[in-house]
Amino acid sequence: MNMQTGKTLSVAETALCDAYDQAIGDLPGDGAVLAARDVLISDFKDAGLPTRRIEAWHYTDLKALLRAVPAFDPAAAADRIEPLVEGANVLSVVNGVADKRASADGVTVTRFADALIDGSAAAGLVARDGDDTIGRLNGAFVRDGFVLDIPAGAELENPVEIQTTQNAGQTHTRFPATFGANSKATVIERHVATGENAALVTTVSDITLSDGAEVTWIILQAQGAADTHLGQIRITLGTDAKLRLYVINAGGKLVRQEIHVVVSGEGSDLVLRGINLLGGETHNDVTFTVGHDVPNTTSTEVIRNVIFDRARGVFQGQIRVAPDAQKTDAKMSCNTLLLSDEADFSAKPELEIFADDVQCGHGATVIDIDHTQLYYLMARGIPENKARAMLVNAFVAEIVEELEDEPLVEALEGVIAAWLEKHA
Amino acid sequence: MLEIKNLHARIAEDGTEIIRGLNLTVKAGEVAAIMGPNGSGKSTLSYILSGREDYEVTEGDILYNGESILELDPAERASKGIFLAFQYPVEIPGVATMQFLKVAMNEQRKARGEDELTTPDFMRRVKEAAAELKIAPEMLRRPLNVGFSGGEKKRAEILQMSLLEPKLCVLDETDSGLDIDALKIVADGVNALRSPDRAFIVITHYQRLLDYIVPDTVHVLYKGQVIKSGDKTLANELEANGYADIIGAAA
Repeated sequence: MNMQTGKTLSVAETALCDAYDQAIGDLPGDGAVLAARDVLISDFKDAGLPTRRIEAWHYTDLKALLRAVPAFDPAAAADRIEPLVEGANVLSVVNGVADKRASADGVTVTRFADALIDGSAAAGLVARDGDDTIGRLNGAFVRDGFVLDIPAGAELENPVEIQTTQNAGQTHTRFPATFGANSKATVIERHVATGENAALVTTVSDITLSDGAEVTWIILQAQGAADTHLGQIRITLGTDAKLRLYVINAGGKLVRQEIHVVVSGEGSDLVLRGINLLGGETHNDVTFTVGHDVPNTTSTEVIRNVIFDRARGVFQGQIRVAPDAQKTDAKMSCNTLLLSDEADFSAKPELEIFADDVQCGHGATVIDIDHTQLYYLMARGIPENKARAMLVNAFVAEIVEELEDEPLVEALEGVIAAWLEKHA
Repeated sequence: MLEIKNLHARIAEDGTEIIRGLNLTVKAGEVAAIMGPNGSGKSTLSYILSGREDYEVTEGDILYNGESILELDPAERASKGIFLAFQYPVEIPGVATMQFLKVAMNEQRKARGEDELTTPDFMRRVKEAAAELKIAPEMLRRPLNVGFSGGEKKRAEILQMSLLEPKLCVLDETDSGLDIDALKIVADGVNALRSPDRAFIVITHYQRLLDYIVPDTVHVLYKGQVIKSGDKTLANELEANGYADIIGAAA
């Protein structure tokens, strides 16, 4: 086939195809799932990893950046870790395999592997479009995860923490979640490397907020310095639904976080906040699309980036407003604190507006530490390095504090402070 | 305590000379008022004392307790006991006021080889000092100086001063933007800190502040030099006659 198309597979592409051939015998799924997987890997073989010539991947040339793929390593040691917030119900995935006994108060939890085995997951194993490399790879390889069903009217007292930990090899998970009408919940989706070995992690979550649901969903990515993390979250918002989505990247070598939102219910509100803490040689890409398909909806997106060393960051944000989505209010901003001459950030905001009575805007800034603020802190006896760390922290803490949930804010500020301590 | 000798300084960016041969001595326990017309170099002097890097000293020296401080950065000067109450305190969104106070107090203690404060001890000190200055607890829960009124910012500066217990306090137009009640609160705060081992440099345009913080010496700054020094009666004289006579006599 490759000879026919004249294409040469890269080392990573070959490794992925080989990994599929080796793993497929062990991956759970009925006939329909297997067929869906085969389609996805075959499409992947045809398309290969995306290069900068693919618009959606222009700033993240995956073919060039993904040099090697670690083999599956079922024996790699990893452990679950303490939850981010005390009292959270932890749904743990270790080395790509979900905890059989996992449960969360007020939530119907089933393992994604079971949905693969009974075939109910087959319909979801499709790519979003021809450039959906994450959807393809994850759909072909996905082994486990959790299916969350939050009943209508439920108000979860404690947050649910979806926790994936690994130390090597490959982890491919899915976390579909349905929030019933008028339910209220906080979900923390946390991906953590417990060691320094290289790992490849892909994860896809399909999230549906029914009418009136109010959800806070936090993605916290803290992979190791050699890891590749490819995440995708697909969201549908019902009437009057409110979603606060935080995407926090504080690790990984090669990271892409895709967020795709369909605003299909009137009166719904999306709050997206992104914090990207980048250091070393990290390449981190956050790609966001939102389609406002109905009238009277709002969305605000604020992305804050802190970049040290030779790290490189990307934010692509696309707001589409359908012809009859009047009174849409959508605002997007992307602010970057560049802390090294070799650090780099690319922002690509896109507005596609087909309605005439809307308020949409975007802005991007790149700044340095404010010298007057630095002087003020130092004039009170705070040494320069500490004062700088306080200001960097402040730049992102502002976003975290918007959550107004004290234990959660404190925990996230702890994560940020620890990261800065290590990298600043 | 402080000895400024033939100080020349300019703006680093464009080389404009602001301080042109300034001499000033301030003893421990002394309150020295610095007055002068706009553009005479008063605020620049305060920035240079605190070590702001936007200014360059080209000649002369600043001795603090007999040692030159020109090579010290602002944090090192602060931990040695030099404090500047800013004319325009800086707003820092994302830095909680209490966290800032705690870090500042403990960093100074660390630099001096003292133990860090325990949280209860820290809380007690802040509570007491804030009550003296009629600072509401809500204000301390906000980010540093963010959304503070002009008067609140000035009171917050004096709060920092009383908590950090500096030895040389430089007050840069602390009276600007204050109504008379706020001025009294601020002046009481300053007076409470007066002691034989602590000196103050009070920079002001107006006699008014000096009715409440009574100076031991008054110095008139003009074109980057001290052109006249005297006791507190000099301030009254300036209030009555303006700067013109003194400037004329010095020229």
